[in-house]
Amino acid sequence: MSAAPKYVPDPDGRNADFYQHLVQGQLHLQRCEDCARFLHPPRFRCAGCGSLALAFLPSEGRGRVFSWTVTHRPVDPGWAAEGLPWATVVIEMEEGVRLVGGWRGQLEELRLDLEVEVEIEPAGENFAFLYFRPSGQES
Amino acid sequence: MPSSHPLRAAAALVGIGETDYVRGADETPVQLMLRASAAAIADAGLEPGDIDGILPPPGYTSAEELAANLGIEDLHYAATVHLGGASPTASLQSAAMAIHSGLAKNVLVVVGWNGFSAFRPRPGIKRPRMGLDPGSVGNVTMDYYLPYGARIPAQFYSFILMRYKQLYGIPDEAAAEVALACRAHAQLNEKALMRGRPLDLDEYLAAPWVAEPLRKFDCCVETDCGAAVVLTSAERARDCPHPPVLYLGGAEGHPYPADDITNRPDPFKVGLSFAAPRAFAMAGVGPEEMDFLQVYDCFTYVVLLQLEALGLCGRGEAGDFVRDGRIRLGGDMPLNTHGGLLSQGHMWGMNHVIEATRQLRHAAGPAQVEGAELGLVTGWGDYGDGSLAILGRGP
Repeated sequence: MSAAPKYVPDPDGRNADFYQHLVQGQLHLQRCEDCARFLHPPRFRCAGCGSLALAFLPSEGRGRVFSWTVTHRPVDPGWAAEGLPWATVVIEMEEGVRLVGGWRGQLEELRLDLEVEVEIEPAGENFAFLYFRPSGQES
Repeated sequence: MPSSHPLRAAAALVGIGETDYVRGADETPVQLMLRASAAAIADAGLEPGDIDGILPPPGYTSAEELAANLGIEDLHYAATVHLGGASPTASLQSAAMAIHSGLAKNVLVVVGWNGFSAFRPRPGIKRPRMGLDPGSVGNVTMDYYLPYGARIPAQFYSFILMRYKQLYGIPDEAAAEVALACRAHAQLNEKALMRGRPLDLDEYLAAPWVAEPLRKFDCCVETDCGAAVVLTSAERARDCPHPPVLYLGGAEGHPYPADDITNRPDPFKVGLSFAAPRAFAMAGVGPEEMDFLQVYDCFTYVVLLQLEALGLCGRGEAGDFVRDGRIRLGGDMPLNTHGGLLSQGHMWGMNHVIEATRQLRHAAGPAQVEGAELGLVTGWGDYGDGSLAILGRGP
């Protein structure tokens, strides 16, 4: 257990819907039922076609590293308590949208387009953490 | 290319004022803003009662509070631009609109903050009740970035800066040159926080990481300060004490989507990418005609992105652009001749507006770009919102 707990949000609006699916144990991504475009962060209206028929679809949770940052200063006490430095990654999912998450691989492994898969770690009733690890590695 | 845009050269910067740039101010943001405002109004040869438009920053104060303290009894126009650090430069556009339309005659644009002290309150000092307005990016930040240990702009911006560095193979020396040029220019500026603290490449490279790809000296300096400018019509400007500095063109631009820095089809198409073509068209000039560049330098790599967005070089080419002394005083595109946010102090780019005005008045002291006739100021804020002002020395 870390001394300082990590920040856990109390998501609002469509973000609450996104995390409610995650709390249940599987990543879901929002998709427009009319034009099939995936949307993230989740929206109220499809900016592509104007549809209000937006639904959450289960995702296989696979993607590639789009970008990342490695933080060396204890700007977040909860993350710093687990050790410095830590990586925050931006993953382009197979569905095309990009997700921000924590990194469950070695820092040295990080490179553009590295194939990754998602790990979910629930934290309370309204939120679960998204982590990513290199594909094929056990957590 | 000539421009017939109605805002071109309609308004002019006639007054500038700034506090010292310090760490540990005894004054609150409102006090700093009032001090800078009074200086700018006096510099314009005006009395506070002559001001009939106020554009305050998105936080720390209100037009009402400023007017009550300045004794402005008949305020015609007040508005706040919500573009984070791009707000002051974008506000020049709103000021020019108000003046050109006749809604206001003399407009005050002001900003001030305890950018250092607010994060480290000294014992016994109470924080001002009114803080920064998080504006447009709160929901995405709170639900998708903060949970993953990303809390500060150095981290949020690195989501695009790391990809930029990796994709285009930007060498460390390119970002370093931005930091070193700003630091060198700060040595000429009595009001620069980093005057007397020169920086070389070895020290830059040896400094610790903050959030990769950003090292310590890639990040601007947290500062307590206030700064203000006064604009009036180009016609009235001729009666003011200083040579008028004309607002030739400007624009604001919003990346898409603006509220999430990670989900843009092209992550390097920033607000300034949208703003620059419109601003240059309004001014009727091109980027290569500038005598100097005052570019919003919250982080070195953000400057590189903006040089490309301005059209000064192609995608991924900013690293080459800044080489060989080009952005130093004496080079053909001197950048941040006051030291910038990186080495003068972080005043949301209003210090860039003030420095541009000084340069075009030919009153920039040892940092003067000889014969400067045209220059630009950029703004960057929130998740890459952009603003641009193209200024020229008036008749």
